[in-house]
Amino acid sequence: MPKVTIDGHSIEVPEGTTILQAARMIGGDIVPPAMCYYSKLKTSGGYCRTCIVKVTKGSEKDPRPMPKPVASCRTTVMDGMEVQNTTAPDLLDARKGVVEFLLINHPLDCPICDQAGECHLQDLSYQHGLAKSRYEFKRREFEKIDIGDKIKLHMTRCILCYRCVKVADQVCDSRVHGVINRGDVAEISTYIEKALDSDFSGNVIDVCPVGALTDRTFRFKSRVWFTKPVDAHRNCTKCCGKTVLWMSGDDVLRVSARKDKYGEVEDWICNECRFEKKSASDWTIEGPRHIDRTSVISANHYEKKKALKIDVSNQSKIEERAHNPK
Amino acid sequence: MGRKLLTENINVPGIQSLSVYRQQGGYETLKKALGMTSDAIVEEVKKSGLRGRGGAGFPTGMKWSFLAKPEGVPRHLVCNADESEPGTFKDRYMMERIPHLLIEGMAIGSFALGAHSSYIYIRGEMMYVFHILQRAIDEAYEAGLLGKNIMGSGYDFDLYVHCGAGAYICGEETALIESLEGKRGNPRIKPPFPAIKGLWERPTVVNNVESIMAVVPIIKMGGDEYAKIGIGKSTGTKLISACGHINKPGVYEIELGVPVEEFIYSDEYCGGIRNGKELKAVVAGGSSVPVLPKDLILKLANGEPRLMSYESLSEGGFATGTMLGSGGFIVMDEDTSIVKNLWTFTRFYHHESCGQCSPCREGTGWMEKLLHKILDGHGTLSDVDLLWEIQSKIEGKTICPLGDAAAWPVASAIRHFRHEFEEYVKNPQNIKKDHHYYRVNNISPEFA
Ligand SMILES: Cc1cc2nc3c(=O)[nH]c(=O)nc-3n(C[C@H](O)[C@H](O)[C@H](O)COP(=O)(O)O)c2cc1C
Ligand code: SF4
Ligand code: SF4
Ligand code: SF4
Ligand code: FES
Repeated sequence: MPKVTIDGHSIEVPEGTTILQAARMIGGDIVPPAMCYYSKLKTSGGYCRTCIVKVTKGSEKDPRPMPKPVASCRTTVMDGMEVQNTTAPDLLDARKGVVEFLLINHPLDCPICDQAGECHLQDLSYQHGLAKSRYEFKRREFEKIDIGDKIKLHMTRCILCYRCVKVADQVCDSRVHGVINRGDVAEISTYIEKALDSDFSGNVIDVCPVGALTDRTFRFKSRVWFTKPVDAHRNCTKCCGKTVLWMSGDDVLRVSARKDKYGEVEDWICNECRFEKKSASDWTIEGPRHIDRTSVISANHYEKKKALKIDVSNQSKIEERAHNPK
Repeated sequence: MGRKLLTENINVPGIQSLSVYRQQGGYETLKKALGMTSDAIVEEVKKSGLRGRGGAGFPTGMKWSFLAKPEGVPRHLVCNADESEPGTFKDRYMMERIPHLLIEGMAIGSFALGAHSSYIYIRGEMMYVFHILQRAIDEAYEAGLLGKNIMGSGYDFDLYVHCGAGAYICGEETALIESLEGKRGNPRIKPPFPAIKGLWERPTVVNNVESIMAVVPIIKMGGDEYAKIGIGKSTGTKLISACGHINKPGVYEIELGVPVEEFIYSDEYCGGIRNGKELKAVVAGGSSVPVLPKDLILKLANGEPRLMSYESLSEGGFATGTMLGSGGFIVMDEDTSIVKNLWTFTRFYHHESCGQCSPCREGTGWMEKLLHKILDGHGTLSDVDLLWEIQSKIEGKTICPLGDAAAWPVASAIRHFRHEFEEYVKNPQNIKKDHHYYRVNNISPEFA
């Protein structure tokens, strides 16, 4: 088994393991951020470049350092490889550049974005971004698109990670979802708004690291940190039936797949579970869901909200107005 | 006069047609090759020292010997005829005038690699060249030079031409393969490399038009003979497409090693700077390679003359050197605005980025906007620093070399001509009086 050392931590991993996977096996701060890689989706990764690392020794056989930073999610470990992530200031500087690129055309309209609180781009910019944008030009904008009656595509927020494209390719049975145009006007499209018509299309919402694909049945219902996540299951003929319910009191505001600490779903869920089963009686509730990420969700605002008696209904009105200016 | 291996017969009337091409000895080399073993052909190409003419300069013989040969899996040779690099127009010139040379090269190369069907992927904008090639292929099929049992050798070989749809990025070999498969022309993330998994996941070699054509004289004269031409590791002849402010723009076949100064000023080649002007700068290998000011392009840092060869042009690294690239030689006279020229290049890369990876997708557009701002007279010194910073954040951090190709021109322009950027920033009132800025736009000075 090849042995790799990342920021001074060594580990032996199976043949074919990528640097990113090895780093996740070690765990902790040395794990590079990943915005496009998704272990459950074949050929994902390589696009966003946030996971870049510095390879200071190629392998035991060929110890030469690699001349450029490599995408850790797409580079396999060689025996004796030495990698720097957090210990290389020049690499961290390069990553900062990548984060800045991801943000220059991003609207950062978090106050009215459903993803806020569980957004990987928020986390990333908080941890690696600059305090102030150096971009002074008009930001790119797209029209919002409805992908069927359950999914909203807000392309302006998209970081073109290609995860939803891979879901459409690999999880849904007939693909109509893809990328059109190129360069900085490339966009996710369902080829002229043709609905992503598949029992599993809702999974694009879960894989989207940002607020570009959101659940129309949940839109503006609540800030996510004011809901209470619980693990639940039901007997489903189409999928595993294991989900997380995002509750407010006895109301089920949203159903999603269960995600690990890297934001990846444990198993895909079907649209029936996600969109149709919005009553607590549809489900067997297992208990509270621990959100294993640095996130406001884990700060337990749900309980505080009850104590504070905040009226969130006003929030959704503000959001509705911001999105549909008359 | 340097030796001509590819363009020797280019001016023979009717050389486009099969009959005239054959009168000049055409397809005799294919016949010779079919009598050799495939390993022997690869060996000759290795011995020739031929380096890929598409830009990266990777040794062709070595590339061929890396091709995986799993049992029962077809292999392919793909000719990269997507030529879209600003300043490079040698492949088009050759295909237009002597299409059978490419077909003969494709047949020899495919035979050597054990490929039974091969493809020429041609830039969509060159539709008329597509028709020229297709006509030549039809002729070759009729004469039994393509198809079943070619020249009675027992070797079956089919050749197809496929048209691109107008994207520079489809010249990148893996984007080309995707496009050829009918998909969106996005570069693939490597590994796997095409030699292992290329077209339809089969082992594939992608070569430039000129590389494939050069195989014909190599097999004809033998690899050792070919290697005697040129200088050092830059063997053989190279097509240079020369353009810009010179007296004789055009495509020239040179023996590698000609001094740059001779290439620019001698009547055999560019014939000097037009209108008696002074040379200011040269982009020596297509828009992607670093621009060099007059003193650095003519002479090495140690004062010796710089030569037209892979090694000499890159001598000094990017601090004082550049690259031979794809042989697009762009000459700029004293009136040229480096900033304006850079904006044109940067606009191109912004337009052509496929958008897969963030640094190139976002960075190219940002650089273009900043350059536009500077040209409009609203630039600041910190914009120049920011430009430098952006290019450094793109370079080496992208999926394919288009990111580097967008970064290098910016880096080199600021490295060697920073004073000019500062002039635009400090004296914006002078910009509009700079005739050249308008001349490039084809607006005459009266309107300035
Ligand atoms: C953005 C981009 C565009 C390219 N365009 C071309 C092209 O038009 N023609 C070409 O031969 N090579 C082009 N290349 C280089 C090819 O990827 C590849 O290296 C070349 O076709 C290999 O052929 P060679 O070994 O014969 O040079 C391009 C590369 C990049 C990154
Ligand atoms: S996608 Fe994330 S960063 Fe962007 S607006 Fe929404 S919450 Fe903010
Ligand atoms: S919509 Fe979301 S999942 Fe799809 S490419 Fe954009 S950011 Fe990625
Ligand atoms: S460097 Fe540019 S052209 Fe190449 S893959 Fe990335 S975005 Fe596409
Ligand atoms: S996670 Fe590796 S490039 Fe995006």
